[in-house]
Amino acid sequence: MRVLQTASLLALAALLSSCASPTIYSWGHYEDLIYVTYGSPGKATPEMQVERLEEDFQKARSKNKPVPPGFHAHLGYLYYQLGKADQAKMEFETEKAVFPEAAVFMDRMLAGLAKK
Amino acid sequence: MKRRSFNLGLVASVLCLTVPGCATPYDYTNYRAHPPRSILVLPPLNESTAIEGTYSYLSTVTEPLAEMGYYVFPVAVLDHFFKENGMPTAGEMHQAPLHKIREIVGADAVLYITLKQYGTKYQVLNSVTAVVAQGKLVDTQTGTVLWEGTVAAQESSGGSGNIIADLVTAAVEQIINKTADYAHKVARKANAQFRVKDHGLLYGPYSPKYGTQ
Repeated sequence: MRVLQTASLLALAALLSSCASPTIYSWGHYEDLIYVTYGSPGKATPEMQVERLEEDFQKARSKNKPVPPGFHAHLGYLYYQLGKADQAKMEFETEKAVFPEAAVFMDRMLAGLAKK
Repeated sequence: MKRRSFNLGLVASVLCLTVPGCATPYDYTNYRAHPPRSILVLPPLNESTAIEGTYSYLSTVTEPLAEMGYYVFPVAVLDHFFKENGMPTAGEMHQAPLHKIREIVGADAVLYITLKQYGTKYQVLNSVTAVVAQGKLVDTQTGTVLWEGTVAAQESSGGSGNIIADLVTAAVEQIINKTADYAHKVARKANAQFRVKDHGLLYGPYSPKYGTQ
């Protein structure tokens, strides 16, 4: 009984502390995928990464939280690697629309796509 | 298995033991004069013995900076971009002229990181995983250094007093630490220090705390 009480207190504490420091963004697997890409090359194929990130994006939307800076650019780059230029373009434009700071670099990526 | 963990604290504060008068906060005059909205983090230079250090660390740095309110350029995309443009190593990327970075990437500031320590040292009965990363934030328009500092953390696993159990545990821990790249976890802990008041970075424009410091 006592154990149960302690456990529920701990759970409550965890809940409260997670409320105390809300994050700005819904991170999903963005950084984990970067880690795996470099740490275990071959394990994180662009196909698998796209699937994960699209899921993360849906989850973020359902929580009404934005995805982090770089997320759409990274996803766009994966689409570009897969030869899906239309989807790449859409992601680069989304990154730029959400974060105007990305405009210079995204325009460069979009220009690169147009040349292909 | 016991795991003791503690932060080393900013080296600035460690230096306080030896340098008088350094308890004073960081001088943010230049930082406030050129407040960046966006930060490009280049793959770090790696002075540690762990070859995986550069990219293991690179995959931990976006979250702390973005949660502090900055636009952080997609680290992996930029890494590819630099590689495709004739800069295959972190060393070469760190040499890229600032005006070029401003023109091509559009970043307000670049964060240059050097890993002084990264990884796990195995002793007979325990192991210590340490991450020490030196950072320098530079304004791309003027070349002004906005901020310099070091983030660091370490974790160690200690002995139980039972020598046979300890030897078995040490062997198992070596395997776990190897496969999980324990330093990657410790790096996240070190990166929390980017937020340390009066010594870390200032909050950026996407943070609700922007302009409060």
